[in-house]
Amino acid sequence: MSSRPTLIKENGLRHDHRRPDELRPIKMEVGVLKNADGSALVEFGNTKVIAAVYGPREPPAKYMLSPEKAIVRCRYHMAPFSTIERKSPAPSRREIELSKVIREALESAIFTELFPRSAVDIFIEVLQADGGTRTAGLTAASLALADAGVPMRDLIAAVAVGKVDGVIVLDIDEVEDEYGEADMPVGMMPSLNQVVLLQLNGVMTREEFDAAMDLAMKGISEIYRLQKEALSKKYMLYTEE
Amino acid sequence: MANIYVANRQIVKPGDLLAEGDDVIAGSYTYKVGSKVYGTVIGLAEVKENAVSIIPLEGVVVPREGDLVIGVVVGVGVTNWFIDIRAPYKAVLNASEAVEQFNPLTDDIRKYFDVGDYILAKVLIFDRSRGPVLTTKAKGLGKIVEGVVIDVKPSRVPRIVGKRKTMLEVLTSLTNCSITAAVNGRIWIKCPNSLLEDIVVRAIRKIESEAHIPGLTDRIRKFIEDEKRRVGIQ
Repeated sequence: MSSRPTLIKENGLRHDHRRPDELRPIKMEVGVLKNADGSALVEFGNTKVIAAVYGPREPPAKYMLSPEKAIVRCRYHMAPFSTIERKSPAPSRREIELSKVIREALESAIFTELFPRSAVDIFIEVLQADGGTRTAGLTAASLALADAGVPMRDLIAAVAVGKVDGVIVLDIDEVEDEYGEADMPVGMMPSLNQVVLLQLNGVMTREEFDAAMDLAMKGISEIYRLQKEALSKKYMLYTEE
Repeated sequence: MANIYVANRQIVKPGDLLAEGDDVIAGSYTYKVGSKVYGTVIGLAEVKENAVSIIPLEGVVVPREGDLVIGVVVGVGVTNWFIDIRAPYKAVLNASEAVEQFNPLTDDIRKYFDVGDYILAKVLIFDRSRGPVLTTKAKGLGKIVEGVVIDVKPSRVPRIVGKRKTMLEVLTSLTNCSITAAVNGRIWIKCPNSLLEDIVVRAIRKIESEAHIPGLTDRIRKFIEDEKRRVGIQ
């Protein structure tokens, strides 16, 4: 792309014909990997993320252990084929940072004190990136944890909001992220109304921030509903037999 | 005032609001914030008057003292064995808890149990600061030398045993097999012949996948009877 695309068209719709407060089509599936204790596949439009959870289990090295709680290890990784230009498979600065913020968000939800001296391993692999991969990854990881039966306070639902051409929009994609003015991923435990992840890249006024937060909560409640539906679906299959 | 929002045996998920009220008792796999009780795992709700708890459908089981477990020997020390019991913690079995008068100078510990052996044991000591310590000093405990051991989801073991052992009763009485279900998700099956063994294994797999659907005991009874007829055993 050589020139800057029009992000908000004259009729008020976005470059992909969405309304400013509209999510991309979302798909979720639980229990997609047999070897993992829990797994989930989440798609937000063209963004496609798979998450696998192992544990609580004995970690490979004893020095990492905590005598009072389970340690949570998290790896967020983008597959080399997930972007248009090949991404080096080595963990980048950005991936290491995202692994940390996602881990901290999940740690606040998991009852780690129930499994002292053990480890919970979470792997998030981005299969296709089109903006909002960290929020899709967090959403998938919390589903995978629920699928693994790890006790937690609530599922975590996450979505990115942003400001493009002066308009606050929900669930921004790659193009909007690149050419927009601000990008704000938000992760929440909706039942408890607690925020577990909040980052802001760009500039927003106080009023815009409030509007963006409201919009994020609206998107999150929809994502949360889909998460619960995806978890039920795994057990519905057997019921229908 | 207790308000319970879930029905008995309804599927609940983490973060579901189960009940509200100051006198509601939050049972296993639930937690209370203020007066609200939330679920922490995916499972079946169990409501008893003003107490709510969850029977989990997934997850690891951390054994408790006195529990029967089936382990695999994964390591041998001078006077002890290291046992994998499918928990987040590796278990230890000391020679003194398996053999009378064991002397490491004159006796070879591998003579009793070696790497790869399946053993039926009881959890002797287990607290949060150290790993579980096992014992095989009781009737019926020790090395498993016949039959098959299958792995199931640990969360399904209560269903395989059933309320007041009803399910286990159906499995054993219809097939003449002896079945030992250990809490860590390993089932030891001893059968008169391989045809019956196959039926029992498939019945257990059926229980595993349909654990959350009511009327399971009757379906399993019918399944075993149909299968026996099909292979021509009476």
